[in-house]
Amino acid sequence: MKDDNRQVDSDRRRFLGAAAVAAGSVTGGAGVAALGAFSAGLPESADASPRTEPVTDRHRWGMLVDTSKCADGCTACVEACDQENGLGLQSEPFGDNEAKWQNQRAVWIRKVKLQDNASGHVTNLPLMCQHCEQPPCVNVCPTGASFKRADGIVMVDRHTCIGCRYCIMACPYKARSFIHERVEQKLTRAPRGIGCVESCNLCAHRLDEGKTTTACQEACTAGGHQAIMFGDLKDPTSPLRQALAAQPNRQIREDLQLNTGVRYAGL
Amino acid sequence: MAKRIVYREWLIRPEHYWGLLAALAAVIAIGGTAALYMEHEGHWVTGMTNSVVWGLPHVFAVFLIVAASGALNIASIGTVFNKPDYKPLGRLSGLLAAAMLVAGLLVLVLDLGRPDRLLVAMTTYNFTSIFAWNIFLYTGFLAITIAYLWTMAERKGNKFQRPVGTFAFLWRLALTTGTGSIFGFLVGRTAYDTAILAPMFVVMSFAYGLAVYILVLMASFDWDGRPIGPAMLKRLKNLLGLFVASVLYFTLVYHLTNLYGAKHADLESFILMSGGIYTVLFWLGWVVIGGLLPLGIVYHPDLGKDRNWVAAACGFVILGGFAALYVVIIGSQAYPQEMFPGQTVLAFGAPGDIGGAVAPYAPSLPELLLGIGGVGVAMLIVAVGIRVLQFLPESLADSEVEGLSGASA
Amino acid sequence: MILGLPLTLLLAAFGSTTAHATGVGDFVVPSSNAAGVQNCVEPTEYMRRNHMEVIRHQRDTTVYGGIRSTKHSMAGCVTCHVGYDAEQKPVPINADGQFCEACHDYAAVNLNCFDCHATIPEGEGWNQETAAAHGHQLSVDGAQHGAVPTVAQVPETMPAENQDQ
Repeated sequence: MKDDNRQVDSDRRRFLGAAAVAAGSVTGGAGVAALGAFSAGLPESADASPRTEPVTDRHRWGMLVDTSKCADGCTACVEACDQENGLGLQSEPFGDNEAKWQNQRAVWIRKVKLQDNASGHVTNLPLMCQHCEQPPCVNVCPTGASFKRADGIVMVDRHTCIGCRYCIMACPYKARSFIHERVEQKLTRAPRGIGCVESCNLCAHRLDEGKTTTACQEACTAGGHQAIMFGDLKDPTSPLRQALAAQPNRQIREDLQLNTGVRYAGL
Repeated sequence: MAKRIVYREWLIRPEHYWGLLAALAAVIAIGGTAALYMEHEGHWVTGMTNSVVWGLPHVFAVFLIVAASGALNIASIGTVFNKPDYKPLGRLSGLLAAAMLVAGLLVLVLDLGRPDRLLVAMTTYNFTSIFAWNIFLYTGFLAITIAYLWTMAERKGNKFQRPVGTFAFLWRLALTTGTGSIFGFLVGRTAYDTAILAPMFVVMSFAYGLAVYILVLMASFDWDGRPIGPAMLKRLKNLLGLFVASVLYFTLVYHLTNLYGAKHADLESFILMSGGIYTVLFWLGWVVIGGLLPLGIVYHPDLGKDRNWVAAACGFVILGGFAALYVVIIGSQAYPQEMFPGQTVLAFGAPGDIGGAVAPYAPSLPELLLGIGGVGVAMLIVAVGIRVLQFLPESLADSEVEGLSGASA
Repeated sequence: MILGLPLTLLLAAFGSTTAHATGVGDFVVPSSNAAGVQNCVEPTEYMRRNHMEVIRHQRDTTVYGGIRSTKHSMAGCVTCHVGYDAEQKPVPINADGQFCEACHDYAAVNLNCFDCHATIPEGEGWNQETAAAHGHQLSVDGAQHGAVPTVAQVPETMPAENQDQ
């Protein structure tokens, strides 16, 4: 707790500087807004209210999936993601082939079921963007639209995405989807449109709001499984870090040394 | 002093010329319509999916770009490697290279999800991306090729021919290496994770570029009643044979490399034995039609002297090239991404989602039309170019070409 | 930015020929929240010329910085300017005659924000409400709605950008 306070204090100090700069350089309104937020006592920390200063690399968001707790046949995380990010609003274009559409619609998170070839042991796990520290999708993107946010979230700036799909070619996890059709229905919090690539963004809109849960984690916990733990990889005191230290875990395609933000135990 | 080569505009009858242009314009219009349709509806109208994200348009685009750099080799042989016999062929070589590059890029751009954001691609760069590098390599190639053409056509520029030609040659090597590297460093895809793809693309470009060049040369000369001497044809077809043999050699090395690495054995059995259409295309298309058959024709004591058979060999090389690129580009995507070694994927997402299994891909008509439209663009540029400017030598009869000195253009 | 310039020029050109008295809510959809407030998040004249710049600046702040709460959020634009039909259901803001589309259609400026962005407030977080409530008070006045022209009439009723010029 003491550590926490110190952290917040240093956050405040940095924030003060940032706010002062903002007030000085940005249009008056924004600066006043930032100062207003500050004077209301809202430091940039995980459980605070809407962020008013840009994300920093003081946090790196990540996950630990305990595959032993991931239930066979349960798709709560997938459904929650569909709901949260409007993926369920996609509709098959009239005239498309059903089987083909299943490979054309956007998917952010999948339930994967594996069987060990030697032992026959069956493993279930959710697979989504692994939020690599060294993301191949970011390396290959010609325009820089595929980028890693300061807090470690890998996402796509759809304003500069030209739809070349090179990132999908590069991703080892099949995490990305190309939008193959005109999208009629979309949510305010989850823009989606023809010709761009997208993938899991760890519910960035929630994090920016000050929450520290993702839709999938919330659903998994609500379902009583608690297979997904979400948190700050950079905070040594976070439950996530403690769980990572306590439990053997690994990255998928560890051989690529991408230092993924999503880790799996029991795989 | 040595003889001078006389270049003349293409002199075929106007009705033939305009008929050809009309036909090409129709092909291009159809391709353009297909592209508009794809852009308006979205890519769901194509066979492409989130598993196979690059489809037939990319096969056409990569073929055109690779062949473009290969087509420029003819000019390089004349000026850089100082083989005077090849000098009369230089101008067409440059024109064909520029035309195919433009056409290939056009196909690539029209297949983007947001072709309307081309401006973004040209103004925002991420320099860790080989794609971004290639944008410079391509535009640079175009500029250098035009400069090269100028040095070949303009007497004042003749003295720069050698340095510009050398630069162009190095640039084209970089370009094809870059194109190969687009695929060569994708760690997430087993088939691509090998640096040998880059040199293999260079060798492929030699073969495909030359095959296209010989066909274009023969067609344009025949229609205009200009002669190509048997010695000239022999030189070209022997060169083609050499390049085709090199492609086969690199193909062998590529697969041996993969076989040597134990973790790639599954991929090899997929391409070589169990991959269905990709296995057929590899053996029948890439190896037999694109390799052994043209080699047999080119080095056959009788067939190798027959112009029609040489033309057929070029056609086979081109067909084999498309098959090879189809296997490299699409087969490698269809092959499942290996994420969980030692495990069998029982389920991957919702039913119908593809993971741990071979991804289906069936090219659609719009994709094919877009690709053919691209070829049409290249041919149109060449047709107009040789008609209005002096690209073609009046004669390539052996008596004309013999005794050309290395110094004259 | 590139698209914004011709729009501004067009507006200026038409404005100067058809000067009108300006009233609150002249250029907004009567049923929208915007009809009931004094002005936009910035002065109306400023927004008319520069909304594109404002949105673009906010876009990068949001995408890269994760700041969604400011008054320049585009989600806020939609929340405030979206019109409602007789059943109080929101009408897509890019539909014919609606706030964004009416003007962009008139000026023939391509509007592709809504290829991706939601056209009605749906599935919003806290941020749009924060933004909407930020710069101005929401005071919906039903009586006023009847008096104001619809946005479809924008070209005819467009006032001078600056009547002094």
